[in-house]
Amino acid sequence: MRDFIVKRLAQMASVFVIVSMFAFSIIYFSPGDPLYLYTSPSVSTYKMSEEQLDDMRASLGLRGNVAQRYINWAGKMLKGDWGLSISNHQPVKKQILDRLPNTIGLMGAALLLSVLIAIPLGLLAGYHKNRWIDNLISAVSYLGISLPAFWFGIMLIIVFSLNLGWLPSAGMRTIGVESALDVIRHGILPVIVLSVNNTAVFVRYIRSNTIEQKEEEYVMTAISKGVPKTQVLLRHVLKNCLLPIITMVGMNFGTLITGSFIVESVFGWPGLGTLCMDAINSRDYTMIMGITMLTCIVLLIGNFLADILYGLADPRIKQGKEARNG
Amino acid sequence: MDKRAMKKIFFSNKMTVVCAVLLLLVILASLLAPLSPYDPDAVNVSEKLQGMSGRHILGTDDLGRDTFTRALYGGRVSLLVGFAAMCVAVVFGTFIGTVSGFKGGKVDMLFMRIVDIFLSVPSLLFIIVVYAFMPRNMVTLVLMLAFFSWTKVARVVRAQTLSLKERDFVVAAKALGVRQSTIIRRHIIPNLMPQVIVAASLSIANAILDESALSFLGYGVQLPMASWGSMLQSAQQYILHNPILAVVPGTLILITVLCFNVMGDMLQQILDPKLAE
Repeated sequence: MRDFIVKRLAQMASVFVIVSMFAFSIIYFSPGDPLYLYTSPSVSTYKMSEEQLDDMRASLGLRGNVAQRYINWAGKMLKGDWGLSISNHQPVKKQILDRLPNTIGLMGAALLLSVLIAIPLGLLAGYHKNRWIDNLISAVSYLGISLPAFWFGIMLIIVFSLNLGWLPSAGMRTIGVESALDVIRHGILPVIVLSVNNTAVFVRYIRSNTIEQKEEEYVMTAISKGVPKTQVLLRHVLKNCLLPIITMVGMNFGTLITGSFIVESVFGWPGLGTLCMDAINSRDYTMIMGITMLTCIVLLIGNFLADILYGLADPRIKQGKEARNG
Repeated sequence: MDKRAMKKIFFSNKMTVVCAVLLLLVILASLLAPLSPYDPDAVNVSEKLQGMSGRHILGTDDLGRDTFTRALYGGRVSLLVGFAAMCVAVVFGTFIGTVSGFKGGKVDMLFMRIVDIFLSVPSLLFIIVVYAFMPRNMVTLVLMLAFFSWTKVARVVRAQTLSLKERDFVVAAKALGVRQSTIIRRHIIPNLMPQVIVAASLSIANAILDESALSFLGYGVQLPMASWGSMLQSAQQYILHNPILAVVPGTLILITVLCFNVMGDMLQQILDPKLAE
């Protein structure tokens, strides 16, 4: 197990470095000067001297060739200095950390909702394979997988905010109101939209696992002994499905993250996604790098934890055997 | 499985037939878009934001353009981008997958590590970042979508190649001294086709979905061209006055993606009932 963890950590570190180099070079080789706002006569009336510009380049890490800049940036990043935002000169790290809880709250709630809905539906569909209830659940899960999340969000806004007026359509708080209930009211629609896709994926996964488990001898025995259906499902099948569910959650972290970015844009939720879109629109590349790297870390850690939990729970996977490759 | 048996099973499954018919309808309607009496880009402010009527079946948008006509033209763009991205991803993924599976050893290790890297980055975010700093046109869009989706094809193809490699006809060809590239071309790739078709169907569904999300966020298809996703982006401001503007393109995306997903999955079940479970 220890070898496995060390190996996976080394792998994660190398992936992280490669991704950061890739992201860095895209931004480096892109056309346009990040200091355009300060140099173009058409934008600013105040003309900065060459010296001032040079100082500014140095402070924003814009001096030197690509390798020097990358090393400079990476060194600072490791020390916890994520640089200053180009558009508002505030520390990138602080801005990101300010927004992070909003996104994590959204993602956590959506994940919880997905798992809570998917477990009973998946068990039910798998237990009654090819019966009407299975067909219904499977059809709905196909819809969930094929649904464009942003469009579903717009449809919910039309129905529940504009027509029925039950829920707010955008933002996270009503101005001047400071209550948790208000935040929850604002969060209901985004959380539903964010959870749909994952719920559908989870249902299908749990369904196929249930079908597999149902054919195992111990389940057959329990059924033939006359153990009630719910008890078979909860005591035996669900217990053996938990493992795959954990892995699946870890592997679907990426969808959850990109999904949250889209959902935040639709609902104007003040999280990392909206911060990132603003940064991209204003070419705030220190901010973009910060968010990209943070997302990458979160994703890697998610995958890593899933692997570890899987290894811990299933002794057959231990000792450095790679569970998912091949 | 030979082609005739596959066709027979395909047509005996009601779901796949329904999806195939729906898809054909969407594709045909998009191809026949020029038959519409309206110009998709002609501005007519006097008829703006109309509801459904005999003149405009699905009403008009904020510039008085016929929604139905625009949806058909948007379908051309969405389907074309999805199809092109799928083609690039499938060709590249099949190439890497067969080479990786057939060669094995270090080549395989290297390729699979690369695939792992791709699987551990949030792809849509990366596409947006890249796209924000690159010339925005259809070619870049297609390449970006393919760049982040070939890995799925490569994995499937590699797994299948590994099992084909052990089959008698491949072993025999090897023993006869047939060149490796010829074995791959003549024996491996033709036998991969069913799996590749499944991967292609799922891949086109994903490409259309991703394209619509990108266009919706403003990083996909650029004006004056419109896809279903970018139609939704402009419709967002008018959902209060004319919700149908948002309903139409979204429904079309849903139907198209759903059909490709269902068809891919059904084919998968036909090919390999065990794996599909």
